[in-house]
Amino acid sequence: MTDTPPALQARRLSAAYHQHPVLEDITLALPQGQWTAIVGPNGAGKSSLLNLIIGTLPPLRGELRILGESPAVQRRVGNIAYMAQQENMEWDFPISVRETVLTGRYGLIRQDPLWQRLLPRHWANPVHQQAVDDALEAVDMADHASRPIGELSGGQKKRVLLARALAQQAKILLLDEPLAGVDPPSEKLILATLERERAAGRTIIMVTHDLPGARHHADNVLLINRTLIGMGSPDEMLNDAMLARLAVGAPASGHGGVRVAA
Amino acid sequence: MPLEALATGVIDALIALLMAGVNLLPDPLSAPFEYRFMQRALLTSVLVGAICGLLSCYVVLKRWSLLGDAISHAVLPGVAIAYLLGWPFFIGAFITGALTSLGIGALERHTRIKADAAMGLMFTAAFALGIVIISKIATSTHLMHILFGNVLGVQTGALVLTLLASLVAVLVIWLAYRPLLLYTFDPQQAQALGFNTSLIHYGLILLLTLTIVASLETVGIILVVAMLITPGATAHLLTDRFPTMLAISVGVGVISAVVGLVLSVSLDVASGGAIVLVASSLFVVALLAAPKHGLVARQWRRWRLNRA
Repeated sequence: MTDTPPALQARRLSAAYHQHPVLEDITLALPQGQWTAIVGPNGAGKSSLLNLIIGTLPPLRGELRILGESPAVQRRVGNIAYMAQQENMEWDFPISVRETVLTGRYGLIRQDPLWQRLLPRHWANPVHQQAVDDALEAVDMADHASRPIGELSGGQKKRVLLARALAQQAKILLLDEPLAGVDPPSEKLILATLERERAAGRTIIMVTHDLPGARHHADNVLLINRTLIGMGSPDEMLNDAMLARLAVGAPASGHGGVRVAA
Repeated sequence: MPLEALATGVIDALIALLMAGVNLLPDPLSAPFEYRFMQRALLTSVLVGAICGLLSCYVVLKRWSLLGDAISHAVLPGVAIAYLLGWPFFIGAFITGALTSLGIGALERHTRIKADAAMGLMFTAAFALGIVIISKIATSTHLMHILFGNVLGVQTGALVLTLLASLVAVLVIWLAYRPLLLYTFDPQQAQALGFNTSLIHYGLILLLTLTIVASLETVGIILVVAMLITPGATAHLLTDRFPTMLAISVGVGVISAVVGLVLSVSLDVASGGAIVLVASSLFVVALLAAPKHGLVARQWRRWRLNRA
């Protein structure tokens, strides 16, 4: 292949939770190095699309490719970083901010030689500690590194989850509502950090309800309500006509809108 | 048999190590340990306390308390069948324990039955089967010992099994420390990073089953679940670091087992019950006096806040 494969490519992709369809007939392709916002009503299957990529939801039909290969392969080599929703985390867990961010490196640590992995972290490969330091610095949490995660405020928790995804230094960043319930300074910091990541060539795929933020920062917008309602630039998608279609769940071009981002 | 010689050699060495510590104690405490059966009971208790302490951290954090209860009860029919066939009891115990946990997983995944109902259903059915089989065989003291534990009568075979189970548990937790920690903390992230989460899940369940089977003769089926919850819960109150939690939990498990053993001998009460009561007492102390998460500390912080 001469040209680079798309970051994400779906062909007639469907998924279901307990025989209950959540996504139907999705066909799309996202190029590498761009920022995509996934927009849609609650329960529309936005998070399910991310779950298909990280492998917590098996596809029912159709095909999904990440960087031209199966998602399982790309997960295994550490190209997919995922930032979970805050509600899905165990904040009571006895773990510090630094250790939480280090878990983002666990997939890469697996590739170190065995003897190195069995050492306590102070003697292990220093690359990982450096990546954790950089990530904590990027989200302005270095001063809180040794605190237990349960003591953090909502905005701080979000920043730690982002730091964990950044520490992986993956090609693709998947973010599930990174700005939900975040204080304005944290929001500004998270968006600035993501701008830097895109400038460094990473692909960002973000589920969001924040339409002004999507309009301002994203290169592409995916409108999803059970199926793909539309896909294009923020200006093409985030207007009254398209948002009305999104609300009733009617695709623009017959069934299962087929479009490829520029 | 060279293997047998090796096993007795290792056991003798470990007992000598423990006795070096026991001999430092004042006479009235160390006197009972002059007997060989007491020394073996001590070694078994220390090992069981340690592995239960290790596993209980995962059980508590993963909210698997009911699963631990389920597996421990599901072991009974295996023990009874092994008794009928003249097999070593732990083989039967391990098989029915593992089968039941697989059954729970299958029921939960493929039907609309929720996890807690699936567990309650499977383990009571298995336990009932065990009781029915036992009622058909003549009452046997050995089976009573499986139910309630009898650490003073522990046989070499059971001691070797406990030793092997401890080795396996420590090795697995050391080699798979990160995958186990990540799966316990955040299974979704483990999946996203390409870890084989089904392997980790069933591996942890098998390790739990092995621990339960190895603890049967010490604390018994009914009470083993206490040793899989109380040390971890106590440690969770005392620290915000996972490695520290493992260490404290092992400490609580070992102290409960040893102190419980000494009390059961000096007061002439059941060893399993004594061990669990010591562990529960340690939990109550931590609940009241833990520096950060204890009730006294919380009340003190509230009081200071109100005064300010």
